[in-house]
Amino acid sequence: MLTFIIRRLLWTVLVLFVITVVVFIIFFKTPGVDPARAIAGRNPSAQVLQEIREQFGLNKPLPVQYLLMMKSIFISRDLVSYSNQGVKVVPEIAAATPATLSLVFGAALIWVVMAIAVGVAAALLRGTVFDPLLMVLALIGVSAPVFWVGEVANLITQGTWHDTFLFSWVPPLGYTPLTQNPGLWFRGLVIPWITLSILYIGLYGRVLRANILETQNEDFVRTARAKGISERQVLLRHTLRTSMITFVSLFGLDFGALVAGGALLIEVVFGIHGVGYLTYQALANLDLPTIMATVVYGAFFIVLVNAIVDIGYAWLDPRIRPT
Amino acid sequence: MTGEPLLDVRDLKVSFRTEDGLVKAVDGVSLTLFEGETLGIVGESGSGKSVTMMSVMRLINDPNARFEGEVLYKGHDLMTLNRDQMRAIRGTGISMIFQDPMTSLNPVYRVGAQIAEQIRAHDHVSKQAARDRAIELLAAVGIPQAAHRVDNYPHEFSGGMRQRVMIAMAISCNPDILIADEPTTALDVTIQAQILKLLRKLKNDFGTAVVLITHDMGVVADLADRIAVMYAGRIVEQGTRREVFYDAQHPYTWGLLGSIARLDRPKPRRLAAIPGQPPSLLRLAPGCAFADRCAHRFDLCDEPPPLLARVDGNHLDACHLEPKQKKELRETTIHPELIENAE
Repeated sequence: MLTFIIRRLLWTVLVLFVITVVVFIIFFKTPGVDPARAIAGRNPSAQVLQEIREQFGLNKPLPVQYLLMMKSIFISRDLVSYSNQGVKVVPEIAAATPATLSLVFGAALIWVVMAIAVGVAAALLRGTVFDPLLMVLALIGVSAPVFWVGEVANLITQGTWHDTFLFSWVPPLGYTPLTQNPGLWFRGLVIPWITLSILYIGLYGRVLRANILETQNEDFVRTARAKGISERQVLLRHTLRTSMITFVSLFGLDFGALVAGGALLIEVVFGIHGVGYLTYQALANLDLPTIMATVVYGAFFIVLVNAIVDIGYAWLDPRIRPT
Repeated sequence: MTGEPLLDVRDLKVSFRTEDGLVKAVDGVSLTLFEGETLGIVGESGSGKSVTMMSVMRLINDPNARFEGEVLYKGHDLMTLNRDQMRAIRGTGISMIFQDPMTSLNPVYRVGAQIAEQIRAHDHVSKQAARDRAIELLAAVGIPQAAHRVDNYPHEFSGGMRQRVMIAMAISCNPDILIADEPTTALDVTIQAQILKLLRKLKNDFGTAVVLITHDMGVVADLADRIAVMYAGRIVEQGTRREVFYDAQHPYTWGLLGSIARLDRPKPRRLAAIPGQPPSLLRLAPGCAFADRCAHRFDLCDEPPPLLARVDGNHLDACHLEPKQKKELRETTIHPELIENAE
């Protein structure tokens, strides 16, 4: 276990190094990008640009600039945004994290429960009309672009039907911290949660159904049935558990990517100022310090979530456990 | 062998609807099994031997399968039982072990837990008691250090050991009948002998009736009291082991006996084989299904041959040839000393 953790940590450091270097190089080698201009604002004089370059260290060689930026992210934590003068990036991300975590955890809970329900129901109802019906619904869920679903949801819950009994409980767009008002936190997130989970319910439901149908033909399922245990136990203990292996590895990838800022579109559509929203703004403004900090944050979470998934995976399938 | 049979299969027919038409996998099979007896069912792949016994266990879940006939177990027709009634019989009344021990055990549970699961499904005992029983069973089927191995996963066992685990599981609730579907096919030859020895020991110790499905005449020679030979979904010959080995009546049985490699004879240049392929079960001709591959075919073979006692009270066969003719023809295919090794 200890070697596992140490190996993971070393791996994380390597991943962070490679990603930050790549982001850094892409940023400075992109044609037409001059951070000094971004910082200076409209029509700066040549002298102002020169001053800015010196102030921000932009005239130093790239490796030195890289090291300075890493130092101010990891050690002094005082990296300053290029576009919002004086805003420190690291605390900004720390402040945005709870919103993203609230959004993604809630959606993940919904989509895991619903996808298992959909996958199991479709597999059990195979041969009836409900199986293809569920699968078509799932396909629609997968195909609908998330920003479009979000906008439509907003039109309905904030516009047309907002004043009816159906959606009068939906608060205005935005995020209320859990510690401030748990009720409002919950009500404000319900629609974003559902919107975000629709895609994944469809995707995971289809994957799980296929895996269940495949597992049902396995010899050990036949053995389980021959043992005289109930159909329910055959399904829950034997078929479902083995079918969950793909599900869990997919979940690790998607969940990690979402926490890392992948819920960007949802955050923008629903005005939730999370990490995705921050990334979106930083990209629009070519704000390297913020981009860099969100990338580091994202890489950290992806590695962390993958480590957790690996542990879950080993729990599900003893064959891959280290001996 | 008197009184009611334990298992009485009557005119069982199993067919599968496919895109190309109806496949009659089992076409009117009747079998009986008495207490403590071992019945060998022999035939090549696709002859319907596994499908027959899987149907007895009602383990065929294919929605395209159709079943006809009766399967009487202690007088109750298994085909008419509901799911819960059938569940109560699986594992306790009739249990089954399968061909490939590498895939028959669930890879994600410890072997002890898999055995205990069956025990607890039928007997109301504590987890600890079920585990203790699992250890006893593992020891009984010859797994060394059973108390330690009970917590291992299937992938930590070899193929032969896994089959022992399967056997331990199958006998865990003292079933009346143990169906062994090609239990040694996937194993090394040396391990095969061990598993067969174990089956014989269990049969003697517990008095369990065994149905042994195999394509290997050597396996039934070792274990079976009675033998049924299947071909293309039907039984073509049925009798005691002695009758089938010494006085085989059906040319297909001769083919099976003749194709065994012998150590007690001069080495043949080529091992004898039955020419041709088994027929497609899709559109079987009405006559004898073996006729196309049979060296002794004659006019009558276009008529369906009934399974009758032609030589002796309980020795049945489905061949139109006269018993006297058969005796002469048989010598060209096999020699009856075959069984000497087995006895």
